Amino acid sequence: MSDQFEPRLIGFLCRWCSYNGADLAGTSRMKYPPNMVPIKTNCSGRIDPVHVLKAFQEGADGVLIAGCHPGDCHYINGNYRTAGRYPLMEKMLEQMGLEHGRVRLEWVSAAEGEKFQRVVTEFTAEIRALGPLGWGKQFHDESADLAVDEAAKEAVPA
Amino acid sequence: MADEKIAVYFCHCGSNIGGKVDVEKVTAWAAEQPNVVVSREYKYMCSDPGQDLIKDDIQKLGVNRVVVAACSPTMHEPTFRKAAADAGLNPFLLQMANVREHCSWVTEDKDEATEKAKRILSAQIHRLPFNQPLDPIEVPVNPAVMVVGGGIAGIEAALKLSATGKKVFLVERNPSIGGHMAMFDKTFPTLDCAACILTPKMSAAGKDPNITMLAYSEVEEVDGYVGNFKVKVRKKARYVNTDTCTGCAACQDACVVRKVPSEFDQGLGKRTAIYIPFPQAVPLRATIDPTNCLTLKGKKCKQPCTTACGPQAIDFDQQDEVLDLEVGAIIMATGFELWDPTPETRYSYGKFDNVITSLEFERISNASGPTGGHITLKNGEAPKSVAILHCVGSRDENFQEHCSRVCCMYSLKFSHLIKEHLPETEVYECYIDMRTYGKGYEEFYKRLMDEGVHMVRGRAGEVSNVALSPEEEGHLIVKVEDTLLGIVRRIPVDMVILSSGLAPAHDAKEVSQIFGFGCSANGFYLERHPKLEPVSTVTDGIFIAGCCQYPKDIPDTVAQAGAAAACALALVDNPTVKVEPTISYIDPEKCAGCHICVSVCPHAAIQYNEEKGVAEVITAACKGCGVCVAACGSNVPQQAGYLDEQIFAEIEGAMAL
Repeated sequence: MSDQFEPRLIGFLCRWCSYNGADLAGTSRMKYPPNMVPIKTNCSGRIDPVHVLKAFQEGADGVLIAGCHPGDCHYINGNYRTAGRYPLMEKMLEQMGLEHGRVRLEWVSAAEGEKFQRVVTEFTAEIRALGPLGWGKQFHDESADLAVDEAAKEAVPA
Repeated sequence: MADEKIAVYFCHCGSNIGGKVDVEKVTAWAAEQPNVVVSREYKYMCSDPGQDLIKDDIQKLGVNRVVVAACSPTMHEPTFRKAAADAGLNPFLLQMANVREHCSWVTEDKDEATEKAKRILSAQIHRLPFNQPLDPIEVPVNPAVMVVGGGIAGIEAALKLSATGKKVFLVERNPSIGGHMAMFDKTFPTLDCAACILTPKMSAAGKDPNITMLAYSEVEEVDGYVGNFKVKVRKKARYVNTDTCTGCAACQDACVVRKVPSEFDQGLGKRTAIYIPFPQAVPLRATIDPTNCLTLKGKKCKQPCTTACGPQAIDFDQQDEVLDLEVGAIIMATGFELWDPTPETRYSYGKFDNVITSLEFERISNASGPTGGHITLKNGEAPKSVAILHCVGSRDENFQEHCSRVCCMYSLKFSHLIKEHLPETEVYECYIDMRTYGKGYEEFYKRLMDEGVHMVRGRAGEVSNVALSPEEEGHLIVKVEDTLLGIVRRIPVDMVILSSGLAPAHDAKEVSQIFGFGCSANGFYLERHPKLEPVSTVTDGIFIAGCCQYPKDIPDTVAQAGAAAACALALVDNPTVKVEPTISYIDPEKCAGCHICVSVCPHAAIQYNEEKGVAEVITAACKGCGVCVAACGSNVPQQAGYLDEQIFAEIEGAMAL
């Protein structure tokens, strides 16, 4: 591997469309960067904003959510829920200080191996350009925890 | 969770994984991970000796959690879960780490692939301690089957199922079953008369006591799940009482609206406003077309059809009827549409009368067609020369990339029919490649060459009427590069037949959405697995057959229809079916009764219990999307198999290195 920053990414893929789209990219031997680890859920509508937060907390530099195209959802309209929640979550993450572009929502059908390859390739490059996020380090740094504890003690009179 | 004993099995999959991922390294690494008691590698985990490794470790080492790092779970999760179950381990305590489709096959660099494989495997190792034993939910199966589409595929599937004693609903949107095959004259390469081999099947389906024929009907809504589908079918008003109509066609003879282009004859013949689409129609019943019937349009008409109808079957007040049907399995056999060559402007379809499509030629050459089977030009004369242009709208990146598979052969069949009817007529076949892959096909091609057909290897560039020489005057001129001779030829002909490709039905996408499965990039229905499950869809209990999946000839269509019928039978012949238990549940102690989950559930599977003031999941209706889990502000609904803890642990595992 080269010296350039290699982002670590999490990709939530719905089981019916996007996971199969990723499988198709595989069976078609389409190459893309190895930075993203896929996590399968039945529907993109299962993805709770806390899952995205958890990924950032664990040190992810970017999170992809991929589901079926509008109208194609195996569960009639689960992906519409995803689409509805997404802007709210983006706003919330923005308020927490996250740069725009670290989360991405994409519709990838089971027939779109090529799109999956393109999305992951693009997303990896974009996050690489944004640089490391470093939230994981903050959360896991014990001295940071101590600092929070100290601040809490000061805030609440004994 | 102190006594988790995880076993890791890393599959080489020959060189598919082993060629890219350093399997020894990952296996040794996995052995050091928390809770892992054994970590093994094997050439082919899906083989019997591979599966035996899992079984032995469960029984001898007391392994109680298993990760198989191999192909996609779509491929072999059922295989390994069954192996685990055979050894006494609950199958839901086994997870797959997809290191083939998502790693070795898509990663260029070996070190990078090895590292990614570790992360993918780590996610599952972390997840497993949170997996709980789950029991598949067993639900009753409705033994009836619905077949959607009444072409040869649908008819064949319906007859096969009926032969096993199952009840079948055969839904066809047109007034008669028969589909495209009913329009054909002869079938390649045997030159069987299409009607002679199809109509006995049509009439058998019409008479079969197990088959409920729902012609002139369309599926509007599908609800439910494998074994228990609820389907709304709209039976369109024919304005004719089908119980009393005898199909005598007296109304047709009496009707004053006589110039409606006949759909069955591709617009080349005319029909009346009240009509029977073709003489062998099943059901043999009249239908009034409301867009052309004067009475139904609110105009004055003496209604000679009513006068002519002996059994008084005509009913202008008839309304559409919506039927609620319940079936255990569904077979989609909705067929194809001929690609409309109008956008291929170089071939001047629609501009010159004697440039026709292949389906139009089928009707012209058919004895029951608009010309009585005489191959003629628009002016009634016999053509002295005919060019047949292959690959129109097929193998063309501007239109459809795919090969339509049947066009080479039907084009050769046309040549034969022309030579048979008009031995003096010159026939030119302009082709890119001659694809004669089926049984007896290559032999048929050879035979055609002996019949004196001119084979011109090259895709035609243009059809025009601009004559550059006296012999071109009054003809259509086909400009084509003969790639064998290395010259551009101008071939003057009287008739041009466009061998149009097969396209997905115009509403294939919408129909696939009603039934809840997808379409391929080329627009045809997507099969579950291109090789091993070519007649299944991603939706359990819904199968596909015929040209709705991909263009194919009649033998392949019939074979696939039989396969779909067998798959449907394998399902509905059982009293019950096991469905995945990955559904939601709600703890009534924690539920505040806010109704959010009730409002987001796509399947109305959550009900509010007024008495208890809490939401409740209807187990049989929940399909396990998990939307309610993410929607609840208090995290009360949880989804078995996709618990928050499991997803969190997977994230932790994936990010642990």
